Amino acid sequence: MGEEVNSGHIVVMGGSAGSYTPLVSVLKRLSPGFSIPIIIVLHRLRNVESEIDKLLSMALGRDKIKEPEDKENIQPGYIYLAPRNYHLLVEENGCFGLDYSELVDYSRPSINITMQSVASVYQENVTGVLLSGANSDGASGLLSVSRHGGTAIVQSPATCEYATMPQAALNINTKALILSPEKIAVVLNGLSAKI
Amino acid sequence: MTEEKNISNDELKELQELVLYRYGYDFSQYSKASFVRRVLRFFEVAGVASFYDFKYNLVNNKEFFAFFLENVTVNVTEMFRDPSFYRGLREKVLPALATYPVIKIWHAGCATGEEVFSMCILLEEAGLLSRSIIYATDINPKNLDQAKKGIIPLTAMKEYIQNYHLSGGRQDFSSYYTARYDNVLIKKELRKNIVFSQHNLVTDYAFNEFQLVLCRNVMIYFEKELQNRVMHLFYDSLPSGGYLALGIKESLLFTDVRWKFETVDAASKIFRRKT
Repeated sequence: MGEEVNSGHIVVMGGSAGSYTPLVSVLKRLSPGFSIPIIIVLHRLRNVESEIDKLLSMALGRDKIKEPEDKENIQPGYIYLAPRNYHLLVEENGCFGLDYSELVDYSRPSINITMQSVASVYQENVTGVLLSGANSDGASGLLSVSRHGGTAIVQSPATCEYATMPQAALNINTKALILSPEKIAVVLNGLSAKI
Repeated sequence: MTEEKNISNDELKELQELVLYRYGYDFSQYSKASFVRRVLRFFEVAGVASFYDFKYNLVNNKEFFAFFLENVTVNVTEMFRDPSFYRGLREKVLPALATYPVIKIWHAGCATGEEVFSMCILLEEAGLLSRSIIYATDINPKNLDQAKKGIIPLTAMKEYIQNYHLSGGRQDFSSYYTARYDNVLIKKELRKNIVFSQHNLVTDYAFNEFQLVLCRNVMIYFEKELQNRVMHLFYDSLPSGGYLALGIKESLLFTDVRWKFETVDAASKIFRRKT
């Protein structure tokens, strides 16, 4: 349908228990002109409404934070939050696709699924970030980011409220950078400067 | 860890053509990202050794295809999924439906029936069930067989009861089913006005007129063009003033019938055909 193929860079972040604070810490430090799209997958209750998008908007004092609708185009300057009770995928033509299939590792949204999907479409143009959490979701997704030539970053276990998730990722991924939230922001801002 | 499995675009195309010509199911306009995931998952579940083996089995073994169909289409569903949506139905749609002598409802893509049973409970509580006919259709005959039984695993009920109460339900939810061992059976009186039948949104046509069409989280598996075609099918299945309910992250925005609907409840994605 004559849509643009999205070949720019993208950031995908995953987090579970204890990830909200470091997430805000990273996002707050992004430079004002940061325009690389960011996809965030957080574990949350499936049938309980929570307004994390609005919470984040208030915490960061900015707009352009939203839960994407099915087939919505990925746009620069936006922070996208995976909606509750769906898996979030990206399509080759640069739009989101939602998926309401089985839980994966007890999770929907699954961090693994989104990271794998983003990695297979954006290849080396991906920076994947895994934050605090008390399970092992995200480990294979982050590995997929590395395997496709992207950059994998794990929140340093010492700075995590729950280090299980970052540790699980590190156990299978020797390429991942281990960074504090402050340093993660520095890396992301560096990406932005390059483009 | 093992290498990530994948399937090439050519193989995908070959698979879709094979399924279409041999069995009449057209998956060519399914969203690629989720469809490929389903296919790879099927390869794993079915222990497919190679793409060649897969094709051989697909062509020669009908049961293998039935198993493929069962796995490649998504059959996940919940009772009272998105409780706020059911609240919207209760408050904004049922009062309007109540004005019709006979209420006809179509659940397109009903999977194993959980949302249909939820609807029946709403209708019962509004005193409308006895004059309602609920058509529940799905692409997958195996789903319909399961849905006809009215059986739901007991383990899921705790969440469903919570959903029901969040949706504004005030009755004792356990009065709607009987529990037996690891399952519950939805009461037969609640299910008596449901008509289950096979229908493929991709290839089949409008078959009746309904005051309410529900198609939640089905079109997310379709590409935009196919979504557009299915939306026309729904438009043709609704009278003026008829209601359409989509999943809460689905949108009319990408379809050319968007101007022909008005929004009844934006957050719950309930729309109404204008004229």
